[in-house]
Amino acid sequence: MSFLAKYMGQRVKRTEDPRLIQGIGHYVDDIKLADTLHVVILRSQYAHARINSIDTSAAKAAPGVVAVYTGEDVAGKVGNVPCAGALPGLKVPKMPVLAQGKVFFVGHPVAAVVATDKYKARDAADLIEVDYDPLDVVSDGEAAAKPDSPVIHEDLGDNIAFQHSAGSGDVDAAFAAADRIVTQRLNHQRLAPISIEPRGVLAQYFRGEEQLNLWSSTQIPHLLRTQVAIMLGMAENKLRVITPEVGGGFGCKLNVYAEEALLGWIAMKVGKPVKWIEGRRENLQCTIHGRSQVGTVEVAVKNDGTLLGLKYNVTADLGAYHQLLTPAIPTLTGLMLAGCYKIPAIQMNCTGVFTNKMATDAYRGAGRPEATYLVERIMDRVAQELNMDPIELRQKNFIQANEFPYTTACGVTYDSGDYEAALAKAMELVDYKKLREEQSAARAAGRVMGIGVSTYVEICGMGPSGAMPAGGWESATVRVEPTGKVTVLTGISPHGQGEETSFAQIVGDMLGIDMNDVLVIHGDTSIVQYGIGTFGSRGLAVGGAALVCATEKVVKKAKALAAHLLGTGADSLSFENGKFVGAPDDRTLTIQEVALAAHTAASIPEDFEPGLSAQHFFEPKNFTYPSGTHICVVELDKDTGDIDIKRYVAVDDCGNQINPLIVQGQVHGGIAQGLAQALYEEVVYDENGQLITGELMDYAVPKAFQVPHYELDHAVTPTPVNPLGAKGVGEAGTIGSTPSIANAVLDALAPFGVQHIDLPLRPEKLWRAMNS
Amino acid sequence: MKIVELQVNGNKHRVEVDDEQSLLSVLRDDLDLTGTKYGCGEGQCGACTVLLDGQPTRSCRMPAVNVGSKPITTIEDLEQNGRLHPLQQAFLDHGAMQCGYCISGMLMSGAGLLKKNPQPTEAEILRAMEGNICRCGTYPRIVAAIKQAASGRVAQKGGGK
Repeated sequence: MSFLAKYMGQRVKRTEDPRLIQGIGHYVDDIKLADTLHVVILRSQYAHARINSIDTSAAKAAPGVVAVYTGEDVAGKVGNVPCAGALPGLKVPKMPVLAQGKVFFVGHPVAAVVATDKYKARDAADLIEVDYDPLDVVSDGEAAAKPDSPVIHEDLGDNIAFQHSAGSGDVDAAFAAADRIVTQRLNHQRLAPISIEPRGVLAQYFRGEEQLNLWSSTQIPHLLRTQVAIMLGMAENKLRVITPEVGGGFGCKLNVYAEEALLGWIAMKVGKPVKWIEGRRENLQCTIHGRSQVGTVEVAVKNDGTLLGLKYNVTADLGAYHQLLTPAIPTLTGLMLAGCYKIPAIQMNCTGVFTNKMATDAYRGAGRPEATYLVERIMDRVAQELNMDPIELRQKNFIQANEFPYTTACGVTYDSGDYEAALAKAMELVDYKKLREEQSAARAAGRVMGIGVSTYVEICGMGPSGAMPAGGWESATVRVEPTGKVTVLTGISPHGQGEETSFAQIVGDMLGIDMNDVLVIHGDTSIVQYGIGTFGSRGLAVGGAALVCATEKVVKKAKALAAHLLGTGADSLSFENGKFVGAPDDRTLTIQEVALAAHTAASIPEDFEPGLSAQHFFEPKNFTYPSGTHICVVELDKDTGDIDIKRYVAVDDCGNQINPLIVQGQVHGGIAQGLAQALYEEVVYDENGQLITGELMDYAVPKAFQVPHYELDHAVTPTPVNPLGAKGVGEAGTIGSTPSIANAVLDALAPFGVQHIDLPLRPEKLWRAMNS
Repeated sequence: MKIVELQVNGNKHRVEVDDEQSLLSVLRDDLDLTGTKYGCGEGQCGACTVLLDGQPTRSCRMPAVNVGSKPITTIEDLEQNGRLHPLQQAFLDHGAMQCGYCISGMLMSGAGLLKKNPQPTEAEILRAMEGNICRCGTYPRIVAAIKQAASGRVAQKGGGK
């Protein structure tokens, strides 16, 4: 097959946008069903307490209230919230959808009130009297692991959920052979994903058909269907999960939450549609958090800068329970500790602990930002100790372009890359040499200027099923309708990534048709074949690959029919820009003509199945490994500690790009979230487990004035892992940016004798560093 | 409960509202104008922004009973006679949205700014957009789109950088 790349590689405007721009897309709360009842969840205000009794009588008698449910009502009726993470010896506490006997974090669901409107439900929830006995709170991750700590889940013995080791090579020998050992303790602060659309669920039960419809703002409609069906003890094929527009996910909707099963159960109980929309305070309390690792990294290095070994001892503060992938996230950190470098010996020892906080789980980057931040931060510390330029140190240790595929001491095999190429572009864009001269002059003039570099590699395109908790393949169906319009059913579940557009570009080019004739359907388990969903930068790299393979099957099938109709052999035909050509009499057939003939089926070969559609399930042989260089230039105000980002250059290599407009948008957003971690955001609990950052007034999500001008470019090393050569770009910006900004600020502070300050680098910390 | 008469998008609506009911709730729940979004309920994210007498206002913090006779404009009324508002067109041209949830609030804040100040400087745009969060981080394109709408220019093919 050959085609003109009319759409692929072009900055095609998104087909999703016209509806979004008019406010006429439908998110869960925009869907209204007649007679819908509204659910409000009463949540624990204690981080750790025993529930002596719950009195719901006043709430049940309140106006408009239809029902009130507590843990007793759901016991034995609704299964526990699932955890798909599997590690040797993993302790999995049981998490009922409503608390039973104890509460373990602020926001823990205790009771559900069902009423005719949300305000009546809210008022009634306030009438529920819960008699609590507060218990000792475990608020610090490292203290949680100590023998004298109060134990959260008594049946599990202690607070240690798992011990996980990763890496290979002779670490002891590496450290014995080192000229220097550079050590740094680092905190990866807890973050909140903050999708601007909070979570939301609408459930409707059809008693006659015994079918439950569940609309949920999720990234994984099919996985959610399977898990909720198990939790409710119902047949999976009687549960239909529908995912309408989703207002941001960033990993926090890659989960199965208590409310999703609870709403389904309530809908069946009350016989009317029920809706629950998360409030923002609830969102901060009980939608998963990200990061939350504290540990020490040590690097063994020769005086010439050669890296010999790396050790990372870390405690991951998991919160009170496992959500879907909680224990898996820190293990992703362990896969990426080599960064872009040849480090022969690596060891990670991770202790995952329970604390009286909300569970951590996947937040944009999910375990890899931690790896990149610690590796890139320690590289700068090493450069500082050796008095080397940080870029020279990186170049000295880079895996070279001709060394791929390259298996690191973490045991993963990087598919392809050219780290020098991206670095060289970034250095040129920023004029690195001149910049260092400017910095010397600035310092001489008493100004506080810093330059930060991050050369990153991440693990994406998730992933080979053997390495994934619930399958890593993806599915696509391509159906050419009798009129030649093409319907694509994809198992991914885009929520802002624009695959309705990029997938139409791919099919438009491959079938030689107008991309506007391609409709991409996703997020309805009764329409779309099983799929895994959208996360881990996999939409295009895995879902797009499935689409390419399905489209190839359609062309192959169409070719057999075209050959029959043209009275020639399939081998003599070729498919060029939407037409089958090569017939001896020069007759041609378009794909639309073949589609019609395939449906009327008046004249088809003997073994030809009528219709023109094909399905493919694509199993990736490896992950993909996008990479790149980010360079940040800052100037600090000595009097206020304020940071002015003077330049921000990002050169990302996500392999082949289908739509550079979308790719750059993903990079913009990724950098904004990585910058947020570097400078602004932190989820803070106090020693009583109270959430201090419980609203957006206290949790500092950046606004337009807080992001710099980006200067973007890209390098291209296609991946051999999938037919598109695309690696994925959803998380690159987040992973690359945090360390470049942190390194820039700490480079600025080097003349003050500062080696490290933990994130977020807020003005107060910087002012103290410059004025103490 | 009180009966109020609201002027929404050029139409008068008599609605029975609770004293504490927000304008956002009335728009979404009573008038079925769901283009305006709930994001935080505390005036911190800007997803619920509407124009009240031309002024960008957080409808989640505005009790409906306090609106009085001031005209309300929501996202549903930006398009006029089948033609997108220049700011909507500019957002499209720049590809200024990803998940799209914050976008009606962004558009209303931007439209309010341009109404008052048709030629804003970048600093003025940034100040006007201070109350709106886009978690997808499309800020550079949002700012570029507002600039384009202000200048009346047509963007290059293929959206913003």
